[in-house]
Amino acid sequence: MTIGFDIVVVGAGPAGSLAALTAARAGVTVALIERGPYPGSKNVYGGVLYARILDSVIPDWPERAPIQRWVTRRSTMVLTEHGSVAMDVRGDAWSQEPHNGVTAFRSEFDSWLADEAVDAGATLIPSTTAIGLLYDGGTVVGVRTDRPEGDIGARVVIACDGVNSLLAREAGLYDGFDASNFTLGVKEVIGFDKAEIDKRFGVRGREGVDIETLGGTSGVSGGGFVYTNLESVAVGVVLSLAGLRAAALRPEEILRRFKTHPSIAPLVEGGELLEYSAHLIPEGGLDAMPELVTDGMMVTGDAAGMCLAAGVFLEGVNFAMATGIAAGETAAEAISAGDVSRTGLGGYRRRLDGSFVLPDHRRFQRIPRLLLSERVQERYSRFVVDTATELFTVRNTAPKVGLWRIMGAARRRYGVRWRDVIRDGFTLIRGFK
Amino acid sequence: MIVRHISFEDRMDTVVFDLSPTPHITVDGDACQGCTTKVCVSVCPAGLFVPMNDGGVLFNYEQCFECGACYLVCDGLGAITWHYPTGGFGVAFRRG
Ligand SMILES: Cc1cc2nc3c(=O)[nH]c(=O)nc-3n(C[C@H](O)[C@H](O)[C@H](O)COP(=O)(O)OP(=O)(O)OC[C@H]3O[C@@H](n4cnc5c(N)ncnc54)[C@H](O)[C@@H]3O)c2cc1C
Ligand code: SF4
Ligand code: SF4
Repeated sequence: MTIGFDIVVVGAGPAGSLAALTAARAGVTVALIERGPYPGSKNVYGGVLYARILDSVIPDWPERAPIQRWVTRRSTMVLTEHGSVAMDVRGDAWSQEPHNGVTAFRSEFDSWLADEAVDAGATLIPSTTAIGLLYDGGTVVGVRTDRPEGDIGARVVIACDGVNSLLAREAGLYDGFDASNFTLGVKEVIGFDKAEIDKRFGVRGREGVDIETLGGTSGVSGGGFVYTNLESVAVGVVLSLAGLRAAALRPEEILRRFKTHPSIAPLVEGGELLEYSAHLIPEGGLDAMPELVTDGMMVTGDAAGMCLAAGVFLEGVNFAMATGIAAGETAAEAISAGDVSRTGLGGYRRRLDGSFVLPDHRRFQRIPRLLLSERVQERYSRFVVDTATELFTVRNTAPKVGLWRIMGAARRRYGVRWRDVIRDGFTLIRGFK
Repeated sequence: MIVRHISFEDRMDTVVFDLSPTPHITVDGDACQGCTTKVCVSVCPAGLFVPMNDGGVLFNYEQCFECGACYLVCDGLGAITWHYPTGGFGVAFRRG
């Protein structure tokens, strides 16, 4: 073994950089390995992140993080082929402290966060891929990298290696890893003048907009998003892998159609394509999570399926950051206590239980599957859009029809059954109550 | 570049890659011969799987997003051997 650290963190995404930062501040030696040439170079997300979790570790993040816009308007839409129903929330207070969502580029944000970890004392080793775990008996004692003589010993390995999580799988922490728990996100960043974006989205200054849609994805279960950066708009679709494989439609074709939807086209048409990208999302939630700890090792962020993707929510960065902090604290504590066995690392799960991470996942356990189901994606969405459209259509020769009759007709048209509505309604209420 | 009529090549040209000399993903042609669905062809967001007349698929690792969709949907047992590229190589998103 050539070199050794107290802790090796694999992956300089939001989970890894915060694990490294937290552990380094606690006084242990930390290596932060990243396979990309710079942190963020391999990472793609939609575009809105929630950074309040940073208040405790980098209190002046609002001044220092590379932020594009502060989200002050959030719209959640149900899309069918020709129509949509939206809930539009303008949170004017979100433009001031303590803020809410922000838009940022991952190449910039992840690089910044890794620099913070380096300032805290961690050693960043970029352009280096961890290709396997080192074991002593059953205990993980480091990682093998693809550098010559690239073994790095460690008392604790923190796997922050993202959605494909080759390390967590090598350690046997997953007992099933299949397409049903993942969606594929494809995204375009389209350049516009700032004034044009401000005009199209009805914002000014650094105000930004977050639009999420349920459906609009050519019959493949999923949804879409539109987010404003300062001088670009991010537009993408998130597609269930199972649905995508069955549909035999190309992902960029589904995105192209999404962009021509009458409710979306005026926001994104024209401009210059600056970057096309794609990445997987772990959407399985609580049911698909691996074991979080084994002897000498912990798993965080997307590597542990921590992304909360409950249809109207797509929050992964904040969950990754919170799990990173919890893992960094736990690792440093276990090292000073001299017990890095799975019992010694048990504080990790306790911290996640005591924060928002696992409680939020428990609350929304059933929501992802429900929102990607055929009932919600095909039937309820048409039912809702037709009902709303009919309600607001003025046919002044015939008198207005009552809401109950409108709903009844739409319900029959799409085969929506009350007993499903009631059952699914309960599932939703249990999640959101 | 006007977005409306962008070709797939122009779309992929917006992405920066640092080509690794060795492929990080290999596809076993024999397994593909017997595969009737060829789902990789439509799923891969970079369009790297091309169906051939002889019933196989041609795979080129050069403009890969390293996303993982192909091995998750693949219908051939062990047809795809999937790794990350050597450190520093492969896709480098400028925005993400
Ligand atoms: C299309 C899309 C839209 C999304 N939208 C949002 C959104 O709007 N808001 C939000 O909060 N979340 C969103 N997410 C989810 C969010 O991107 C993830 O949950 C988040 O990035 C997880 O962070 P992480 O640190 O766990 O993993 P990652 O960000 O994936 O970081 C993992 C890091 O590990 C490195 N790595 C992997 N393997 C190795 C190895 N073997 N050796 C060395 N390095 C390695 C990678 O290069 C990478 O830097 C979205 C995701 C997608 C795909
Ligand atoms: S990893 Fe993604 S981009 Fe690369 S070949 Fe597989 S599906 Fe295509
Ligand atoms: S799905 Fe798998 S087995 Fe079938 S053609 Fe594609 S790579 Fe080959």
